[in-house]
Amino acid sequence: MKKKPTTVAFNGTPEQEEKLKAVIGKYRGVKGAMMPILQEAQDIYGYLPVEVLKIIAEGTETPMEVIYGIVSFYSQFKLNYIGDTAISVCLGTACYVKGSQEVIDTVSEQLGIEPGATSADGKYSLDATRCIGACGLAPVMVINGTVYGKVKKSEVKGILAKYKD
Amino acid sequence: MDNAINTVKVKVNGREIEVPSNYTVLEAARAANVNIPTLCYLKDINQIGACRVCLTEVTGARGMVAACVYPVADGMEIKTNTEKVRAARKLNLELVLSNHDKHCLSCVRNTTCELQKLCNEYGVDEKKFVNSYTKEDNYPIDDSSVAIIRNNNKCILCRRCVAACKNLQDIGVIGTNDRGYDTHIGSQYEMKLADTGCVNCGQCIVHCPTGALYERDDTQKIFDAINDPKKHVAICCAPSVRATLGEAFGMAPGTDVEGKMVNAIRQIGFDRVYNMNLTADMTIVEEATELIQRIQNGGKLPMITSCSPGWIKYCEHYFPQFTENLSTCKSPQQMFGATYKTYWAQKNGIDPKDIFFVSVIPCTAKKFEVQRDDQNASGYPDVDVAITTRELARMIEKTGIDFVNLPDEKFDEPFAIGTGAGEIFGATGGVMEAALRTAAELILGGKFEKVDFEEVRGTEGIKHAMYKVGDLDVKVAVCSGTANAKKVLKAIEAGEDDSVFVEVMCCPGGCVNGGGQPYQPAVVRNNVDLKALRAAVLYKSDANNEYRKSHENPQLKLVYDEFFGSYGSEKAHHILHTSYVKRGLYQNVK
Repeated sequence: MKKKPTTVAFNGTPEQEEKLKAVIGKYRGVKGAMMPILQEAQDIYGYLPVEVLKIIAEGTETPMEVIYGIVSFYSQFKLNYIGDTAISVCLGTACYVKGSQEVIDTVSEQLGIEPGATSADGKYSLDATRCIGACGLAPVMVINGTVYGKVKKSEVKGILAKYKD
Repeated sequence: MDNAINTVKVKVNGREIEVPSNYTVLEAARAANVNIPTLCYLKDINQIGACRVCLTEVTGARGMVAACVYPVADGMEIKTNTEKVRAARKLNLELVLSNHDKHCLSCVRNTTCELQKLCNEYGVDEKKFVNSYTKEDNYPIDDSSVAIIRNNNKCILCRRCVAACKNLQDIGVIGTNDRGYDTHIGSQYEMKLADTGCVNCGQCIVHCPTGALYERDDTQKIFDAINDPKKHVAICCAPSVRATLGEAFGMAPGTDVEGKMVNAIRQIGFDRVYNMNLTADMTIVEEATELIQRIQNGGKLPMITSCSPGWIKYCEHYFPQFTENLSTCKSPQQMFGATYKTYWAQKNGIDPKDIFFVSVIPCTAKKFEVQRDDQNASGYPDVDVAITTRELARMIEKTGIDFVNLPDEKFDEPFAIGTGAGEIFGATGGVMEAALRTAAELILGGKFEKVDFEEVRGTEGIKHAMYKVGDLDVKVAVCSGTANAKKVLKAIEAGEDDSVFVEVMCCPGGCVNGGGQPYQPAVVRNNVDLKALRAAVLYKSDANNEYRKSHENPQLKLVYDEFFGSYGSEKAHHILHTSYVKRGLYQNVK
C-alpha cells in the first residue's frame, strides 16, 4: 500500500525533542543504530513526520532520504499521526472472503479518509491490517483495542457513532 | 601480476586462466575476454546483484549465480554460453520489461539504452508477460527541477542513480522508497527533486542505463531563436565539450573535435561561435587578483573556486558557513554572456535584448546557474540557455550533419583565442594550475619559470601541493566530486588543512566527467578510465598552445584595454562578479 504522509499539523514539544536528541546521543558511533533510533522516535512521537526525521537526519548526519527509505520500507513505522480513534479493519484471507473489503470501504466513505490516512482534524485514522488471528469472528474490525466481530456493512455507521467525541 | 596477491586458476568456458583470488566471476570472465552482461553493476559504487542479468553457471553453486558479486574459487568452472544461461537472462529481461514503459521510439535513450541493447542481443519477446504498466500505475514525471527530469515509468530499479548520488557524490537526495511492487526511486516524503538538496550535478543521468533520468531539453528554444530574424544568436563552447562531443558520434573517447564542433554549430545556424576558453582566462585573471587581495588584505581564506555551479549549490546547501570563502567571480560561462551583452553589444551597437546567448557545457547544473539571481549584468540574463554536450549532439543530428567527416573550422573573432590555461579548466586541477600560472606572475610582477604544475594534475579525488612564490608560501588543495569536497571542508573546519586556495569541481574528475557529457554504457565506465582519456585531450592542447598563461591572451588584453580597465576594477566587479545564498538543507521543514 502506498504510504500517504499526514496532513495533521505537527505538534511536537521541546520535551519530546530533548528526549529524541538523548536517544540519538545514546547511539552515537553505534553501527546499525538507525532502526532502534526510529523505533524509539516513534515511541516518543507516535509517528514519524518530516519534522522528526529532520532531527534524526541532522543528529546522525544521514541524508533524510536514506532514513525515509527505511521508514517507508517497514510497515512498523507510521508516517501518519494516529488519530484519537484508531480503526483497523482486517483484510486477511478469512476476513476478506467474508466481505471485509466492503466494511473498510464503508468506513472509508463514512469518515472521508482513505486506508492508511488520518483525518485532517486528527480524530480518526483508518488502517487495513493483515490477519490478526481472529478468523472465527471474520470479518473483524478493531477500534482503540476493542474487537468487533462478524461486522456487517450495515452495522458500521452504528459502531462509529459510539466514538463521536 | 603482482606476486603479493594470491591467484587462483579458473576455467572460463573451458579455457583456463589465472586470476587474483579477490576477483568476482564477472572480472574473471572479463580477464578471459568474455563479456557477461550487467544492468545494475557499477564498479566500486553499486555491487548489489539486483538485476540478475549477469546470471552464470559455476561449479559448486546450487543454482546460477550473479557473476557481478560472486567470488571466484580455485578450480572453478565458469560457463557463460550455455542454453540454460541464455534462457535465464532472456527471461529476466522479459520480466524487467513486464512493467517497463516501452515507448522506445520516443525515448531520449533510444539507441543508447543499455536495456534496449541487451533485449536486442537476447532476442526477447517484449509481450511475453501481460503488461502491468497501465494508466493507473503511471508514475507522474517529476519535472520540478530546471535541470534533471525523472520518469519512473522507465526505471528498472537498478539503483545506479542512487549509488551515483549517495556513494559517489555522498549527497543522497534520492533513494528507494516503499517496498515490493511499490518500490520506486524518489526523495524523502515524495518531495519533488527541486525541493531537495539536489545540486543538479547530473551524475545520476550519466549512470542511468535507461531513459528514467534525463536533462531538461532546451534545444527547441535555440531553434526558435535562430528562426527569429530579430535575434542575434551566439554560442560559446566550454573547454571540455570539444574533448567529448565526438563520443556522441561513435568516435573513441579522447578525440579532440574542436574544429568539427565549430563547423557543425555554424551549420546549425548560429550567428557566432566563440571559444569559452577566453572567459576561462578572464575568470583566472579576476580570481587570481581576488586571491592576492585576500592574502594581502586579510580577507577570508581559504578562497574557494566558484566556476562549478554544482559545487556552488552544494556549498550553499551543505556548508553555508563557507559561502564567504567562495570567490565572487562568476563562472566562465556567465562571464562570457555578461561581457557579450555589455562590451560587445555596445561596441557593435546591438541592443542586448536582441541577443540570444547560448553556452554549451558538459554540465546540467549550468541550467540552474543561468536562472540564478545576480547573473544579469546587462539587465537581461547573461546567458539565455545552457545546453549540455548531449543536447548539442542532438541538434547536430537533427540538422543532418555528417559530423565525423566535417572539415575543421575556427572560432569567430574577437573571442577565438583561449590559452592553454583556459583549456585545462575542464579537468580537475586545471583551474588551480591556470590560476597559479597567473597569480605567481601577478605577485612577483615578473616572470615565474614554472608553467607545468604536475602536482595538481591527475584524477585522484584530493590533491595537495605547496608552491614558493617569492617569499610567499602558497598552499593549495584540489578536489573533485562533492564527497571529496566534503572531506576537504571538514578538514579545513577542524584546522587540519591550512590551504589558502582550494579548487572544487562538483563532478569526479572535473568537467570532462560532467553530468552533461555523452552517455557511455556501464561496460565502458567500469573498464575504461574516461576521466583520464578525456583530460588528456585538454593537457595536450595546453602543451601545444602558443599562449600558456591566461594574462597573456591578446584578445583578453584587448577587452580589458577597451572596456574593463584593470583586473578587479569596479566595472569588472559589477559585470563579472556575483553573490551567493545560504540555503541550508531542510529549509522547507519548519
